Amino acid sequence: MKRSAKRAAIQAAVLLAVGAAAWFLVSNTLSNLEARRIASGFSFLQREAGFAIGESPIPYSAADSYLKALVVGLANTFRVSAFGIVLATLIGFAVGLGRLSPNALLRGLCAAYVELFRNTPLLVQLFFWYALITETLPPAREALQPLPGVFLSNRGIFFPLPGSVPVLQGFNFSGGAHLSPEFAALLAGLSIYTASFIAEIVRAGVLSIRRGQREAAQALGLTPAMTTRHVVLPQALRVIVPPLTGTYLDLTKNSSLAVAIGYPDLVSIANTAINQTGQAIEGIAVIMAVYLTISLSISALMNWYNARVLRR
Amino acid sequence: MRWLREHFFSSWPSALTTLVLLFVLFEALPPFIDWAFVEAIWTGPDASAACRAARGEGACWAYIGEKHRFILFGTYPYDEHWRPALAMLVLLALWGLSALRRAWRWWLAVVWGCGLAAIGGLMWGGFAGLPYVENERWGGLMLTLLLTTFGIAAAFPLAIALALGRRSTLPVVRALCIGYIELIRGVPLISLLFMASVMLPLFLPEGLSIDKLLRAQIALILFAAAYLAEVVRGGLQAIPRHQYEAADALGLGYWSRTAFVILPQALRIAVPPLVNVLVGFFKNTSLVVIIGLYDLLTSVKVGLQEPAWSGFGVEAYLFAAATYFIFCAAMSLYSRRLELASPGSSWPPARAAGS
Repeated sequence: MKRSAKRAAIQAAVLLAVGAAAWFLVSNTLSNLEARRIASGFSFLQREAGFAIGESPIPYSAADSYLKALVVGLANTFRVSAFGIVLATLIGFAVGLGRLSPNALLRGLCAAYVELFRNTPLLVQLFFWYALITETLPPAREALQPLPGVFLSNRGIFFPLPGSVPVLQGFNFSGGAHLSPEFAALLAGLSIYTASFIAEIVRAGVLSIRRGQREAAQALGLTPAMTTRHVVLPQALRVIVPPLTGTYLDLTKNSSLAVAIGYPDLVSIANTAINQTGQAIEGIAVIMAVYLTISLSISALMNWYNARVLRR
Repeated sequence: MRWLREHFFSSWPSALTTLVLLFVLFEALPPFIDWAFVEAIWTGPDASAACRAARGEGACWAYIGEKHRFILFGTYPYDEHWRPALAMLVLLALWGLSALRRAWRWWLAVVWGCGLAAIGGLMWGGFAGLPYVENERWGGLMLTLLLTTFGIAAAFPLAIALALGRRSTLPVVRALCIGYIELIRGVPLISLLFMASVMLPLFLPEGLSIDKLLRAQIALILFAAAYLAEVVRGGLQAIPRHQYEAADALGLGYWSRTAFVILPQALRIAVPPLVNVLVGFFKNTSLVVIIGLYDLLTSVKVGLQEPAWSGFGVEAYLFAAATYFIFCAAMSLYSRRLELASPGSSWPPARAAGS
């Protein structure tokens, strides 16, 4: 009885302290907002945004509302994250398996890849890719053409789609599909950086499979490639998937670094909205709420997948 | 010969891989070496013009030479540069000392307290004839190291409290700690930095203001604490139950049990993953460029805005990457060696689980 009373007292005290701190911050904020004549509430979302957005997967003009602008930002975040996750997974698995290759040269190169990209900040890599594209690639008129129809220039990457081929018109290309320098740099940076973490996870996962499994598969007459594909990887996936979830989440969160190179993702659009309206609290609340939702949904999805992998 | 065959030509696919990779290397490496070393402009009286002339042929490392003081110390007064240099030595000595297993004692916390005070004294000055330097003028690599060091030093006690709270049997304490940790880990660091730079001033009572550097530092501390807390929790979870029971049997209460039995063991176990968090944190301090603090990356970037040096971003960022790499690779190497050296090594975890 005495013990439980003590426990209740401690918890009440903690709650009281946290509540007091929260009240202190909220009351300060309210009086500050009043003193600075900053409006509060989310009604600004309906107002006209008045700024253009460089690239948008959905139709948008400067006359649309802040809400629409934020939706465009969110769509851009999803776009770069989705491509980034696919690319990072492909590169990561290739490099991770490469590190376990019997070929010493391949092993060494893959190890160098991991060390190099894991030990430098993502932001530096983003600036580097962006500078590489905008400063060293030629202007559109002298665009590099590594493959027929694919053009690399300081305006980004143009490549053909079925029925539409990029053609040089004036100072830029028209037609085909276009990756802006910002998108290309962000995608390259995110996937190459995240792949170095995925490679390590894949390697640890494969190493966790005991040798007997591989030997048994060989005794059955499977080739090394078939052994990896049908015996080792399915088992290794159980170890790989949970930490892989974490890297996907990190990639999505890291896509917010877009603001540094001017790709209009959710954070950079919210940042513009904050600068225009002064409603910092609401803007940051939007960013945090969206990312928390994404984080929780991806972990729920991955837990479901993980449960399926475990059952097999 | 046998070595060559075993490692590079053990089978047809392997031989083919070797040949393809060698071909790619021979195609890619010589032009790169030409650009980075042979044709590069290292110094010179009119280096910027020489760099422009060599554009596309050779790298412009002269930019780094020209700006090295700025990259190291930012806008700190030029004549006082010996102070951040000395402070940097103290700081590196602190890290070096903490890397020694023999130094993992309680007195290490005291040494850190004194060391950080000395660094603060050197950087700020304002006594014993040292002119006062306000912290708006701190910058460069020194600022990156300071943000990392003070960030980790302040986040560490907070992280321990959060980790203990998350494992507490008191539901309210546990819920608060879980809520904090998951909230921080669920949002990008940049949103916390925005919050610190635009919202923190609103949180404080009127008349009280704190400068930009301190605000960013607070955000970094709050961020690091959540990640460190999870690592400390991992260490706590690795402590077998009988350690708790033995401490209980000795009649120790919660606090003495935690301080003298559980934490010393848990923190030792957690050192390798702690170093990994430290590496991530060190890299993440570069995000302050977005809110306009003059850290290493900002200094490198700002120099490029001068007309004379615009367009040499590739060289500048390669240099920044190399600088970060040296620190991060050293820490990663250290953490890996610790993992291998510790007798009860539990890596990879899946194997230790005894499947």
